[in-house]
Amino acid sequence: MQSLDSSFAALADPTRRAILARLALGEATVLELAKPFEMTQPAISRHLKVLESAGLIEQRVDGTRRPRRLAKPALDNIDEFLNTLRRALAANYDRLDQILADVNQNSTPTHKNPGGPR
Amino acid sequence: MNTTSNKPLSLRTEGDTHIVVTRRFNATPEAVYRAHTDPAIIQQWLLGPDGWTMPVCICEARPGGSFRYEWAHQSKPGFYITGEFHALEPGRRIVHVERMFLPFQTPDNHVETRFDADGDGTLMTMRMTLPDAETRKQMLSSGMEKGMEASYVRLESQLG
Repeated sequence: MQSLDSSFAALADPTRRAILARLALGEATVLELAKPFEMTQPAISRHLKVLESAGLIEQRVDGTRRPRRLAKPALDNIDEFLNTLRRALAANYDRLDQILADVNQNSTPTHKNPGGPR
Repeated sequence: MNTTSNKPLSLRTEGDTHIVVTRRFNATPEAVYRAHTDPAIIQQWLLGPDGWTMPVCICEARPGGSFRYEWAHQSKPGFYITGEFHALEPGRRIVHVERMFLPFQTPDNHVETRFDADGDGTLMTMRMTLPDAETRKQMLSSGMEKGMEASYVRLESQLG
């Protein structure tokens, strides 16, 4: 949760989002990543550094190659997403249950006035 | 608030591009429909986690009408959703398209929400359609869920 703000910052850039989309398909080196974006290697490397410090990607050592890939937690989150969405919707709908119950009791659904009599 | 419910939420993927959500409510389809289209009611339950508010809730519930929900937090970057209504059948069905701004824009999500009478309650079925399999995959892997997850963890602690 600590990395939330850095994740937002990392994801605010379209190139970095595109890099993540590319890495979702499999690992790639800086050279391979630079090609489709028509950017210099240093420019790509700067983007990768931001993604790395946000915990979204990681390096693998393969001889002289340093391919980047999505970080394990980011991959886990793919599976986590549906559970997360489920919990969120469940909470929202539990709240809606209360509102619908109130509506049934009062038979006049009105805007709840914070601080006002209810 | 008691979080246990005898009306469990069902959420599943369907094919490569769909997410389908079902939930039963102890209220008429008309009431549940209204809770999804009346901004004064939406603002009371579509709030998400503790600490978040919805300062802007515009909802023009008519075909071709648009909506915009903005969430704000004292210490977190806010985000918003915009969308357009394609079809509305009061008490029965809502068809709309939406996208989030986190602040980057997510691909359009087409959503059909049905409200079917179920005894004296309502069975709601919400079917989301992403543009293609790759988009859904990217959406789920792009880190968007990180922000949502943090939000929902706080929501859980609020309710727990």
